Amino acid sequence: MNTPILEMKNIIKEFPGVKALNNVSFQVKEGEIHCLVGENGAGKSTLMKVLSGVYPHGQYTGEIIFGGNVQNFKGISDSEKTGIAIIYQELALIPEMTVYENIFLGHEIKNGAIIDWNETIKRAAEMLKKVRLNVNLAAKVKELGVGKQQLVEIAKALSKDVKLLILDEPTAALNEDDSENLLNLLRDLKNHGVTCVLISHKLKEVIEIADSVTVLRDGQTICTLETQKGEVSETALIKYMVGREIDNIYPKRENRQFGEVVLNIENWSAYDPALGRSILKDINFHVKKGEIVGFAGLMGSGRTELALSIFGNPDGYNITGEIFIMGNKKHFRRPQDAINAGVAYVTEDRKGDGLILIQDVKQNITIANLKEIANRGVVNDNTEVNVANEYKDSLNIKTPSIEQKISNLSGGNQQKVSLAKWLFVKPNLLILDEPTRGIDVGAKFEIYTIMTRLVEQGMSIIMISSELPEVLGMSDRVYVVSGGKIAGELAIKDATQEKIMQLATNY
Amino acid sequence: MSFIQNARKLLQQNIREYGMYIALFVIMTIFTITTKGIFISSRNIVNLVNQTGYIAVLAVGMTLVIVIRHIDLSVGFLGGFLGAIAAIAMVQWHLPVYLAIPLTLALGVLAGTITAFLVAQMKIPAFVATLAGWLIYRGAILVVTESTGTIIIPDKTFNAIGNGFIPDIPGIEFLPGVHKLTLIIGVLAIVLLIINEINSRKKKQAYNFEVLPMEMFIIKLVFTSALIGGITWLLAGYQGLSWTAVVVLVVVLIYHFITTQTVLGRHIYAVGGNPEAAELSGINVKKITYIVFGSMGMLSALSGILFASRLQSATTTAGSLWELDAIAAAFIGGVSPAGGIGKVVGSIIGALVMLSLTSGMNLMGIGISYQYMARGAVLAAAVIFDVATRNRAQ
Ligand SMILES: Nc1ncnc2c1ncn2[C@@H]1O[C@H](COP(=O)(O)OP(=O)(O)OP(=O)(O)O)[C@@H](O)[C@H]1O
Ligand SMILES: [Mg+2]
Repeated sequence: MNTPILEMKNIIKEFPGVKALNNVSFQVKEGEIHCLVGENGAGKSTLMKVLSGVYPHGQYTGEIIFGGNVQNFKGISDSEKTGIAIIYQELALIPEMTVYENIFLGHEIKNGAIIDWNETIKRAAEMLKKVRLNVNLAAKVKELGVGKQQLVEIAKALSKDVKLLILDEPTAALNEDDSENLLNLLRDLKNHGVTCVLISHKLKEVIEIADSVTVLRDGQTICTLETQKGEVSETALIKYMVGREIDNIYPKRENRQFGEVVLNIENWSAYDPALGRSILKDINFHVKKGEIVGFAGLMGSGRTELALSIFGNPDGYNITGEIFIMGNKKHFRRPQDAINAGVAYVTEDRKGDGLILIQDVKQNITIANLKEIANRGVVNDNTEVNVANEYKDSLNIKTPSIEQKISNLSGGNQQKVSLAKWLFVKPNLLILDEPTRGIDVGAKFEIYTIMTRLVEQGMSIIMISSELPEVLGMSDRVYVVSGGKIAGELAIKDATQEKIMQLATNY
Repeated sequence: MSFIQNARKLLQQNIREYGMYIALFVIMTIFTITTKGIFISSRNIVNLVNQTGYIAVLAVGMTLVIVIRHIDLSVGFLGGFLGAIAAIAMVQWHLPVYLAIPLTLALGVLAGTITAFLVAQMKIPAFVATLAGWLIYRGAILVVTESTGTIIIPDKTFNAIGNGFIPDIPGIEFLPGVHKLTLIIGVLAIVLLIINEINSRKKKQAYNFEVLPMEMFIIKLVFTSALIGGITWLLAGYQGLSWTAVVVLVVVLIYHFITTQTVLGRHIYAVGGNPEAAELSGINVKKITYIVFGSMGMLSALSGILFASRLQSATTTAGSLWELDAIAAAFIGGVSPAGGIGKVVGSIIGALVMLSLTSGMNLMGIGISYQYMARGAVLAAAVIFDVATRNRAQ
């Protein structure tokens, strides 16, 4: 267990205007689970992309030694041949293909020139057993939940005879059960001799599973900590990651006096004619001025659908029910109507339907409220630059310039741009859907602080979150959603993880 | 950094944008040499501009259509058909030209709106919806010209659009044989350009954005000024600025302004960049689709008018393959097939590239069969170049 299977020495990788990796060294011992942590933009994903050949030899400087040999990968296929498999932050499965087709996509089992489907299915079944996934092999991947898709990805990696498995934030989109499941699987694989590098912002799971942890900050290796030596603890990790100590990640609230009811939803139901069933059933809730209302529940319980349908984008569902804003009945035919009524919705899927990746930071921040910076339909560039810089500073968005393309920002900073875009709309009610997914502790703390500041200024916030500590730490009141229904409402003083989980799984 | 290094860095970073200017320059130089200077003669340049006109306005509209991730195959025959309608309006319905033209443009908007309805409301892929339009308008041209064949247009004002030139200021003795008004317009354009560039540079510097190094900036200004100056001189030496050129310039200016400066322009590019995100940002994607296709229809009508006016008649074959030239021009001009990226000015350069090829090869006496192949090769080369530089930029 003590020989290094991988050594990366003095890796430097530059992008125009950013030194993403500045002399990073990284060692992984054979057969261990090695976690890689660090703030958003620290360079974790970039380091793994260097390793897997996404950035080929020549585009970085430094040395990679894997399995005892110096490696100069020219592309992903080179690294795969030596036994490195990487699962990216974004899933890379083909939704319209079946599970077994996906598993062997790219390295099909062939009999001459023809695919041997029988062998494929047999081998795919073995792989699924290895990852302990019990689904129909012929099911299309799009029919599976995120957690199961994640396992299919791992099965795919295993089918390539992997020695080193790299997972970039695999649990970011998973609920507690699925995450736990995944971690158990990694332990299992470790016992079968697979070495694992895991990138995660969830420090609890890092502490739970890591044999060693390497901390990156601003493109540099800060330290490597060993679990056996008792060096790994939450305070230690945060200290090395952020460079300072944060004792309470959930900021204190000055006052918890709430004003009038801002949003009232009555008998809200959604029916999906395509699937022929109800997605939301008779939902009633309200939000007061200055209040943070948490929406807890499992993935797929209908919280995002609820938010989207209220926001005027019901996505083909038939909606019944009533919305009252400040006591006035409203009907939102499209998001523009909701925005005009002072409602903003920060989506959970920032890449899919949140940001315009090919545009720059400044354009993304202003896109939802261009009229504010325009005069008779003509955009004022000066005002736009000022607005964008203001949000860049106040939300501490890490980017070389507000003219940087969004796709070049790290995940957490993309999330902050998403938030900035909706704050610029200056809403009365802000709906946050998984606001801290894939975000580091430091940035989480910043976002929580911003939320606190906003409600103290009189904004109301709906926070949809699958992370229970976050729900408990930030909310004033909690609704638990389960199977498209409100399963319960808890005052914050009565809410506990157990109570919420019990309501969430009880339908 | 030394001058050469600066130049190289600049070229590398902007190779995609400068590429088409360089291509246009190379093509023009080659033809000038092979035709012993005939290509660059005033007369030929004027012809070239007038021939490019009807494709150029289509390319402008097509740019926006492709930016919002659609395509419009029907524009050629729609243009041809509406050109015939304009002729019929004047010849058979005896409408005056200042009613016939707005009517034709309005019909163009209507046709575009129908396409938009199919695409936005009925969710029919634009390729299919406009292929249907292609067939329908092809038939429609035949129907309206069936009884008469080619319709001759007698109206002088109408025909001037495709053949006439702007009047000169009378009574100036200075520089005989040179078109003074054209000269003045050219000089004005250069002055405005320089003022505008200096202003925007100052603004960027105030915000600490990256700007061109001073000497590069000056070279760029000198180069573009010389280009405009040269063209102006060539045109002024013949009969001056043609009305077609004026129409194209006005269209380009308006669309350039809309796409770069207005809320509407931003919304169009947002829809192209990520339609779901645009919708959730409060942008009405359907409305944008209607506007873009509506504008495409109007520009198709304008294209038909330019063409009919140039031929002084409406013919049964007007419109064939225009759509392909327009699409090719847009792609050569750097519009991304994936949507969200593309500039109006780029597409105009693309149109000039396509038409320079035609014009140059015609002058050289190259057969039509080889002309098609050459144009195909240039299109492929342009897109390969585009994709290659785009990948490297990432
Ligand atoms: N293609 C690119 N072009 C320019 N800059 C880039 C590119 N990819 C990454 N960067 C920059 O490199 C730095 C490191 O990014 P990276 O994605 O590795 O961060 P990360 O540690 O994975 O963060 P996160 O936890 O948010 O995923 C960031 O500042 C980012 O903006
Ligand atoms: Mg990352």
